[in-house]
Amino acid sequence: MIRPGKMLRQVLKSIFKKPATTKYPFVKATMPDRFRGKLKFYPERCIGCKMCMRDCPAGAIEIVKVGDKAFECYIDLGKCIYCAQCVDSCMKKALESTKEFELAALDREKLKIKYDAKPGEVPKE
Amino acid sequence: MHKVVIPIGPQHPALKEPESFSVTLSGEKIMKFSARLGYNHRGIEKACEERTYIQDVYLTERICGICSHSHSTCFVQAVEEIGAIAVPKRALYIRTLVGELERVHSHLLWLGVAGHEVGFDTLLMYTWRDREIVMDILAMLTGNRVNYGINTIGGVRRDMSPEQGKDILKAMDTLEERTKYYIQVATQETTLIQRLSGVGLLSHDDALKLGAVGPTARASGVDRDVRRDDPYAAYADMKFKVITDNHNDVYGRTLVRMGELMEAYSIIRQTVKNMPDGPLTVKAPRKIPAGEAVSRYEAPRGEDMHYVKANGTEKPERVKVRAPTLANIQTVAKMLENRQLADLPIVIAAIDPCFSCTDRLTGIRQVGKRKRNVLKWEELHEYSIKFYQEHGVDFTNLNNKLTKLLK
Repeated sequence: MIRPGKMLRQVLKSIFKKPATTKYPFVKATMPDRFRGKLKFYPERCIGCKMCMRDCPAGAIEIVKVGDKAFECYIDLGKCIYCAQCVDSCMKKALESTKEFELAALDREKLKIKYDAKPGEVPKE
Repeated sequence: MHKVVIPIGPQHPALKEPESFSVTLSGEKIMKFSARLGYNHRGIEKACEERTYIQDVYLTERICGICSHSHSTCFVQAVEEIGAIAVPKRALYIRTLVGELERVHSHLLWLGVAGHEVGFDTLLMYTWRDREIVMDILAMLTGNRVNYGINTIGGVRRDMSPEQGKDILKAMDTLEERTKYYIQVATQETTLIQRLSGVGLLSHDDALKLGAVGPTARASGVDRDVRRDDPYAAYADMKFKVITDNHNDVYGRTLVRMGELMEAYSIIRQTVKNMPDGPLTVKAPRKIPAGEAVSRYEAPRGEDMHYVKANGTEKPERVKVRAPTLANIQTVAKMLENRQLADLPIVIAAIDPCFSCTDRLTGIRQVGKRKRNVLKWEELHEYSIKFYQEHGVDFTNLNNKLTKLLK
């Protein structure tokens, strides 16, 4: 049957429904388990093979040798495309994706993160 | 009647992407339509040559924001063909699954956009709400909503767990029910039928002559689908129909896309139910032996084609991308001949255009000079300041103010 206002019933029904949107900044959004967010670096596991640097499509990651078997990691969040290829490439599992996603900053310098070489130390921002 | 030429774009409130159209009008009637591509050129093909194969997978994924999986699969398939890498069956099934989920989200997105272009925003709101279901499924399966990053050379990166399979089947039931409702709306709602019927006519012969692909071609009765004609991934094992329509107009394209949605649900169910066991990847060498390959993929918008030439190193020698919009954009001029200006937005939207995927290369030549002039970034910056000063706009004060404010 051809008639106008086919969606009218649906529209009227929706008046009494809750909104489909979420109140994001007020209610924190949860990410799926496989989400690829900000990277985490475990300096004690790194052996400095630099495979992550070689495979990074954006050139966002840099591993620097600072001492005997000690490596520092620099990540530019502005360049990172969050593909997590470095996590796959790392043979020693020194890199890990986290669920952190609120990474915007007004200053470009603040996007450059340094993970110190000392084992056990909390990453500084 | 007096002829008027109207430029539409590159910056225009009705366009979502920068693209320039020039329309010659006689009254309200379109006499001539021409499109000038190239405002969104990003140099991806050249950038691919500078990067390794693994890096290129992520780069090709970013050619398009909607059919990202299509481009990366197409590229990966070409590389695997050159390197003679046998991909495990489970990986092929997961690629098919993600590919079909992507088709579902792309077609639902198109339906909403088409509704918006004809002033039926209710349809936009409801389809986009339902599209969130499939977006959530994609996020759950791959980790991200848009650039899934599921492909790698020699397989896929993420597995599908049995619980996820159950969730997908459940979501497909909901989506199928909703799509059936939209098919009812499209076939019963008079306002929609009357607005879309007879608009953007493209005859069967013209579709063949102009090389239309995807739903645009299938709505003109061209029975062509890469999934059936040249099966890739796991499509050889799937049972599905190729939807064609003989309306030849925007209404036909709507019906084709809706029919394809229903087929996509059936393919997704088949992949989840028949998912074989086995490994996800085979180890791929970093250096791909010399050779060349052309890979075809049925993207939601039509046939996507990648050409890769390898020279035995870690980096490809040449990558060529033919996005579906490039094949379809020619047909728009034909569709708009002797039509009303008001039909322009929906006719352009009906091919489901994606202009930034299409833009490949532009060379800028100074007037009167034969040599091509390549400007460096600093030169371009200086040139822009000079250009605006000549046109009576001076940003120097504003720039100083801004730097002070930031300090």
